[in-house]
Amino acid sequence: MNWDVILPLAIFLISVFFVGIYTSRHIKSGPSFLQDYFLAGRELGGFVLAMTMVATYGSASSFIGGPGAAYQLGLGWVLLAMAQLVTGYFTLAVLGKKFAIVARKINAVTLIDFLKARYESKWVVILSALSIVVFLFSAMAAQWVGGGRLIESFTGVSYTTALFIFSGSVLVYVIAGGFRAVVITDAIQGVVMVIGTVIILAGTIIAGGGIENIMSELRAENPNLITPYGSDQSLTPHYVSSFWILVGVGVVGLPQISVRAMSYRNAKAMHRAMIIGTFVVGFIMLGMHLAGVFGRVVLPGIEVPDKVMPLLALEVLPGWLAGIVLAAPLAAVMSTVDSVLLLVSSAIIKDVYINYIKPDAEEKFVKKLSFGITAVVGLSVFAMAINPPDLLIWLNLFAFGGLEAAFIWPIVLGLYWKRGNANGAIASLIVGVGSYMFLHLYYPNLWGMHTVVLPIILSLIAYIVGSFTKGVRPHTNTF
Amino acid sequence: MKKGTDWRYRVSNREAIMGTVLAILNFIWWYAFAYGLGGRPIKEYTYILGFPAWFFYSCIVGFVVFTILVWIMVKFFFKEVPFELDETSENEEGDVR
Repeated sequence: MNWDVILPLAIFLISVFFVGIYTSRHIKSGPSFLQDYFLAGRELGGFVLAMTMVATYGSASSFIGGPGAAYQLGLGWVLLAMAQLVTGYFTLAVLGKKFAIVARKINAVTLIDFLKARYESKWVVILSALSIVVFLFSAMAAQWVGGGRLIESFTGVSYTTALFIFSGSVLVYVIAGGFRAVVITDAIQGVVMVIGTVIILAGTIIAGGGIENIMSELRAENPNLITPYGSDQSLTPHYVSSFWILVGVGVVGLPQISVRAMSYRNAKAMHRAMIIGTFVVGFIMLGMHLAGVFGRVVLPGIEVPDKVMPLLALEVLPGWLAGIVLAAPLAAVMSTVDSVLLLVSSAIIKDVYINYIKPDAEEKFVKKLSFGITAVVGLSVFAMAINPPDLLIWLNLFAFGGLEAAFIWPIVLGLYWKRGNANGAIASLIVGVGSYMFLHLYYPNLWGMHTVVLPIILSLIAYIVGSFTKGVRPHTNTF
Repeated sequence: MKKGTDWRYRVSNREAIMGTVLAILNFIWWYAFAYGLGGRPIKEYTYILGFPAWFFYSCIVGFVVFTILVWIMVKFFFKEVPFELDETSENEEGDVR
């Protein structure tokens, strides 16, 4: 691989690293440390909030896996990817100002702080913390592997070295800078993702001789490529529509996304973030997936979908521009793992340790512990990623849909339905995760829809039924 | 809504409903153009700026239209409420607005 490509990548990694380190100087000590370290003191403005939500949500699949699938299946897969447009505004609109206000009233730093105050139940806290730690840890390890593989394939260094470079650059700034470093670097990474999208899309359209030419060649090759049904007609309307739940509205239930809905400064920031976020997520998804489809005309016959984007970038762009484009998936992976790493560490420190083990822990000790646990979690993910155990890979299968099915109702109905109680939340968590795992293993894509649909319905039923049993309801008007 | 509930929550409830309605409209727009126009035989496809019409309207125009609708919703229908109120005055104010 040539240095033209590696140089922009290296510059990107180094700048993210130093910006991350720089922001750590703002970390305050004193009583506000936890809020500062895990929530950046609730000071996010609109642009940073939008970027951190999009970047945390957008992962390697938006830049590598997704465009690869679009290459194989055609415009039908772009249609499916556009179900994600709704994530740009839905999460913030639905959790809304109420979530931000309640979080301030009860001084919540984590999602579990909110659940704890709302349901006043030890079991809700334990089950939520457990699912966050187990599922997000394995999801993080999978992303970590992806990050290592990306660097390996772009630069030609060995996987272990690549993993080392990746972990080194992410871990240091997350540990030192906490949430503020994560969101500021997310903003940079988000911008890189947008720029990369513009470049690769433009390059591919030019190389393909214009959109009209590309479309007629696609049509000549296989007319199904330009229908909504996919090249092999496997994309049925209800299958594609079910992605509105998995990658659209269901994203509200992902803890790494919903925790961001308590971190913004004021109503204005939220309003701006909804507009910017919708535009950015729509633009990236449309642009990257279209580039994948168009790439079929420029570079036919690629067998491995994951290689489509890297090969396409190298084919249609000069080396240094390809380097910028290839920084985009790396940015997407980094911005996802840094957020998840911090979330897992907050679950351990704030939700388990301070809640149940030592509520009166000294401030100075908590500070040391926060750095320490974040480092330990990060290093163990690194260790796991060198040679990922099967269990981890297995757990990762359930991470995304399982967490959505578990948390969506305890969060949303916890905010808007006063009758909802701890029994409902516990039932919802267990039924959500349990039914997702069961269906995914034994009846995947039941009735031609993505597996996530049924568990989300079942966990809703569980929440409602559970809430009609006798249980603690909020006895203040905080909620 | 019960008396004594924070007035800001009513604003938030209304906005959550608006967001949900917009998401439903978004889905209908996306689905209707994609499968309404795209479900026809390929011979009958029309093309706009090179794209098949179903894709152009469902994904490209849909993206632009809903970004603008989010802007309109936020600009004209969402309210700016303070997030940090003085605790005591808030409790006394209760439902007054």
